[in-house]
Amino acid sequence: MTVPPQAYLVLSAALFTLGTVGVLVRRTALILFMSIELMLNAVNLAFVTLARVHGHLGGQLAVFFVLVVAAVEVVVGLSILVHIFRTRDTVDVDEIDLLRG
Amino acid sequence: MEAWVAPWLVGLPLAGALGNGLAGGRLGKRGTALVACLSVLAAFLLAVQAARGLLPAEVPAVRWVGVEWVAVGDLRVLWTLQLDRLSVLLALVVTGVGFLIHVYSVGYMADDPDYARYFTYLNLFTASMLLLVLAGNLLVLFVGWELVGLCSYLLIGFWFERPAAAAAGRKAFVVNRVGDAAFLLGLCLLFTLLGTLDFREMANLLRDGGTLRGHPGLAVAALLLFCGATGKSAQLPLYSWLPDAMEGPTPVSALIHAATMVTAGVFLVGRLWPVFEAAGQVLHWVVAPVGALTALFAATVAVVQHDLKRVLAYSTISQLGYMFLALGVQAPPAAFFHLTTHAFFKALLFLAAGSVMHALHGQIDLRRLGGVGRAMPLTFLGFVVGALSLSGIPPLAGFWSKEEILGAAYAGSPALWAAAVATAFVTAYYATRATVLAFLGPARDPSAHPHEAPPVMAWPMAVLGGLAVLGGFLGAQWVGAPFHKYLDPVFGGHGEHAADPWTAVMGVAVASAGVAVGAWVHRGGREPHLGALRGVLEGQWGLEALYDRLVVRPGRALARLLAESVDARGIDAAASTLAAAVARAGGAVRTWQTGNVRQYAAGVLAGAVVVFAYWVLR
Repeated sequence: MTVPPQAYLVLSAALFTLGTVGVLVRRTALILFMSIELMLNAVNLAFVTLARVHGHLGGQLAVFFVLVVAAVEVVVGLSILVHIFRTRDTVDVDEIDLLRG
Repeated sequence: MEAWVAPWLVGLPLAGALGNGLAGGRLGKRGTALVACLSVLAAFLLAVQAARGLLPAEVPAVRWVGVEWVAVGDLRVLWTLQLDRLSVLLALVVTGVGFLIHVYSVGYMADDPDYARYFTYLNLFTASMLLLVLAGNLLVLFVGWELVGLCSYLLIGFWFERPAAAAAGRKAFVVNRVGDAAFLLGLCLLFTLLGTLDFREMANLLRDGGTLRGHPGLAVAALLLFCGATGKSAQLPLYSWLPDAMEGPTPVSALIHAATMVTAGVFLVGRLWPVFEAAGQVLHWVVAPVGALTALFAATVAVVQHDLKRVLAYSTISQLGYMFLALGVQAPPAAFFHLTTHAFFKALLFLAAGSVMHALHGQIDLRRLGGVGRAMPLTFLGFVVGALSLSGIPPLAGFWSKEEILGAAYAGSPALWAAAVATAFVTAYYATRATVLAFLGPARDPSAHPHEAPPVMAWPMAVLGGLAVLGGFLGAQWVGAPFHKYLDPVFGGHGEHAADPWTAVMGVAVASAGVAVGAWVHRGGREPHLGALRGVLEGQWGLEALYDRLVVRPGRALARLLAESVDARGIDAAASTLAAAVARAGGAVRTWQTGNVRQYAAGVLAGAVVVFAYWVLR
């Protein structure tokens, strides 16, 4: 029995929505990062699925880029976060508002 | 003769200026002086060579054509230099007198910290003046004209930390601007009429029988160019900058504001002689009266000046008036003869005055000088020779040229002649007055200990003194008037001058009377009261007050008006209103920048949704 591609896409959309809601409602920076990862991987799933459906490698190629960028982003983001925690003793993104106009 | 001489004549002093300007600080005083003097000496030797090359009667003007400069429509201007008898004569005066004054400056400026800057300017001036006189077309001449104006400004304001010097430089520049604007208009009009700016082509177009002779536009162009000449040569009504220009170092006054630059206006009329000749009555009705009037006016004002250099400055204005008078009565060789002798004796007078200043730490006030002649016999002798030559006492140089101008004025019109003779009397009077008050009588400042000038200053004075004595014989009839023969081809037909013994005798009698009256009135350093006349003369016949009311005060009022209303309430107000509006707009939208990451994320999401919705629903 094969799982139809629609199922993968539905799963992808569900994961992306979960990630989006997470980014919007959670205040802890770490959770925010995890939610972003969730969104990225939801997109990855959609890429792979569609690559398979269309028999084209472009989608799979894009996934590699997304993975690399995600890794880099996490490295930079977490190091910034560590510094913020050291100076301000918090990772609550609502309290980190130095750039308020 | 080769044409290459021309660019070298201009280039050598220019190279001196570049050398001293770029490396003057590292050459030391001796090196700076050597570079400056030798570059001018080399130019002088080249000019002598050029003059000898032009001696054979059949040699035409030699032209050096450089690169093309302007090519717009019909206007094609090349960097053309022209060696003809007139330009070479001026080049000889500029480099010869210029070299002597360079040498004199070595002593005069010895203690000045800005030695290199001084000689840079002086060399630059020499190069600019040579460009002016050697120019082959009017636009190149204009470049030289503006460059000498710039050098004049720089050297008048050489001691710019003195407010008076800075103001004098500015005044010279601004007054000259008025004349230069007219010059430029005249240049444009001339091009419109003739279609060329080249002197040779102009002369060909305006030759006898040319269709443009007597064209009214030509008269207007000649008038405008003459306005330019009055600015540069300090004639009425643009004379007022020259007395103030005496704020500059004295050798500068001798070179630029007596011997060379101020004669550029005379040279301009001589160079454009075909234009002025073809322009109808401009010479007769404008140039000659302006010259005669200026000569008389400046001579009378010189009588009451207390500053020795200002006496000489008004005297220069007056003598330049003589030159324009000579041009106006169709005797250009007489004008250029007087230009040459005037360069000798006026430079001598200035150098002698500078020598007094040098010895007395800048003291130049005739009320405080006196008896200086005993301590400075050589300077005294130089000044006396210069003053007698200026007065027109035979056989000194000034006599020959002035006598010729008087004769030409007599042939022109009795009124002009009367003004010229009256000027001759006043000239002899004020020259004697200055000599007596400065050098004779009791010493009025017991603390002063004058000393004779050092050799480096004395030698140039001695050479100029020799020229001021002997230079006049160049134009004497009984030695064949070689000077006039030399200039003959330039002004063709105006070379011969009717020797009128009567005017010569009259001139000498009047000059001797002036000397005698001056010596008697001021015997023992006396100064008569003169009553109301003194006020009139010191006020320059009311012209000073008139200019103040007509130009200076309205100008200041206009400036204040513009500063307070147009600038403050117009331009400034517009700028600050605009700035305030931008600041308010910024203040309104700054609240959008909350600093809250989750709100930004919501914004991104909303944007993405909108774009996506647009794609799907369109």
